[in-house]
Amino acid sequence: MTIPTPRFLDAGEAALVVEFGAIVDPLANDYVLTLDEALTSLAVLGVLETVPTYRSLMIHYDPLVLDRETLIAKIRTIEARPRSPRRPKNCWTIPCCYEPPFGEDLSHIAEAAGVTQAQVVALHSVATFRAYMYGFAPGCCYLGGLPTELAISRRPIPRPPYAPNSILVAGGLSLISTFSMPTGWWVIGRTPVRMFSQVRDPIFLVQIGDLVRFKSIDKEEFDSFEQRSTSGELVAEREMLR
Amino acid sequence: MTSVGLRVLSTGPGVTIQDGGRHGFLRFGVTESGPMDPLAHKTANRAVAVPYDSAAIEVSLGGVELTPEGAALTVAVAGGSFHVSLDGHILPAASLVRVGVNHKLTVRAGASGAWCYIAVAGRFNLQPALGSLSMHTRSLIGGSALDVGAQIPVIDSQTIEPATAEIVAPWLHRPGEMIRVILGPQNDYFDSAQITAFLNGPWTVSNRSDRMAYLLEGPKLAHAKGFNIVSDGTAAGSIQIPGEGNPIVLMADRPPTGGYPKIATVISADRGRLAQLRPGQKFHFETTSIQDAISARRDEMNELSKPILLRPLVHSFPSEFLLSRNLVDGVTDGLAEFPESTARSPKHHPR
Repeated sequence: MTIPTPRFLDAGEAALVVEFGAIVDPLANDYVLTLDEALTSLAVLGVLETVPTYRSLMIHYDPLVLDRETLIAKIRTIEARPRSPRRPKNCWTIPCCYEPPFGEDLSHIAEAAGVTQAQVVALHSVATFRAYMYGFAPGCCYLGGLPTELAISRRPIPRPPYAPNSILVAGGLSLISTFSMPTGWWVIGRTPVRMFSQVRDPIFLVQIGDLVRFKSIDKEEFDSFEQRSTSGELVAEREMLR
Repeated sequence: MTSVGLRVLSTGPGVTIQDGGRHGFLRFGVTESGPMDPLAHKTANRAVAVPYDSAAIEVSLGGVELTPEGAALTVAVAGGSFHVSLDGHILPAASLVRVGVNHKLTVRAGASGAWCYIAVAGRFNLQPALGSLSMHTRSLIGGSALDVGAQIPVIDSQTIEPATAEIVAPWLHRPGEMIRVILGPQNDYFDSAQITAFLNGPWTVSNRSDRMAYLLEGPKLAHAKGFNIVSDGTAAGSIQIPGEGNPIVLMADRPPTGGYPKIATVISADRGRLAQLRPGQKFHFETTSIQDAISARRDEMNELSKPILLRPLVHSFPSEFLLSRNLVDGVTDGLAEFPESTARSPKHHPR
């Protein structure tokens, strides 16, 4: 594959947005991640930090060290090089309890999707998701690949804060949360997995571009996993793909 | 022996420790944090001869009172025009002061400005979280805001002469009526009438503003292509326009990504200037070029790279106060290098 020519948009004098599309799309995200990895390996002096999102790469740079045109020229040399299609690094299996009291909004999701609650659980726990980006809060991971049957719209008014580590759905996406906050999304379940832990290596479990699957667990399994998780154990399963 | 540190005697809400920010974790959703007014933060650090991005106390409009324990500590205060005093003796808003054990430094909201920094000639002996001491109060990474009774341990403390001085930092006197922006990255979500309305303003800072974002009140802006975009990266100073049309300027504690169109970005040299505006204050935006924004940034760095001028305050203190603090020795040494033009204004004299 060759990376197509992106749009270059300025977010002030110290950040450049390299945009490959306007929608959530695995190919655009592949370009973002390929560019990100290539740029990181070049270790360009003056590039401070990069932030991959669904469809664009945000490059924070020091304009007193690195000229905008020089940065764009570097990106163009990366684009021009053909490479093999990107493959995900890991596939994670994340246990998720959809039962009460965790899947708080399950009945609404079922109703809005026109399926039974059991079908909601089956659809969500059979799908293979892709981790597109982190955002909003530390370790809060946005997943694409939600079955279209579950692509219900957001809430008209945000709901009160959900519990940390809730799994949510809305607008065709799923989300693994870390911190409690109000949301316009729907709570489908909760995971005993800590996506983010400052006392663990790795601090952030999933890498952008990784695959994610959910395994349905009951309340009893959740409690047992939760206990192990609290004591620092990793209760997600990881399969390395490359 | 009492361990050396700064004890918090009283504090308003939102007084935190901030260093140059938490870098390298934006991609995991971790907020950068760092000072609301980077120029004032760097100036305070510079005055106590520690690296620019060292951890300092960021004082909100709520104010703070501190006392050293274990040893006298030299601190620099710089930021907005706050009321700064030592045991009730008024000091200039930008001051270097050696505070003795059992003496009290008070920093409270003054004539103008919203943030003020207290840097210490030494180092806060705290454990960094993800490489930084900055407190992000929403995620609690780096800890929560300072509480009454907290002790901030200090190591490697240094003595600086003169013991009490005004910090001459004219670059901190920045009028806030005009804030420069670079349009984009999503200015194409707005038609030319809306861009004009954005530039005409005027805008006021809402009282719901905080370290994460300054909410603006003024003309409501309408979107030409809807208000939802697929989330992308944000920069400090990104100006988002949500559905209801009131701009949100993302500040030090911004989330690294966001899903509203961003009409423009405040240039980095003007971010502190905007941060120092208080709720209710009016201002305008004006567009500038990337080249001019870089020049403004370079000018700031040039100011900071020069030796900082300290004007000793010996004449302004009653003699018994000086004697009690043993500040009389060596005070003339520093005087020679200070230009006449920056002579102290009489209005700063304490009672």
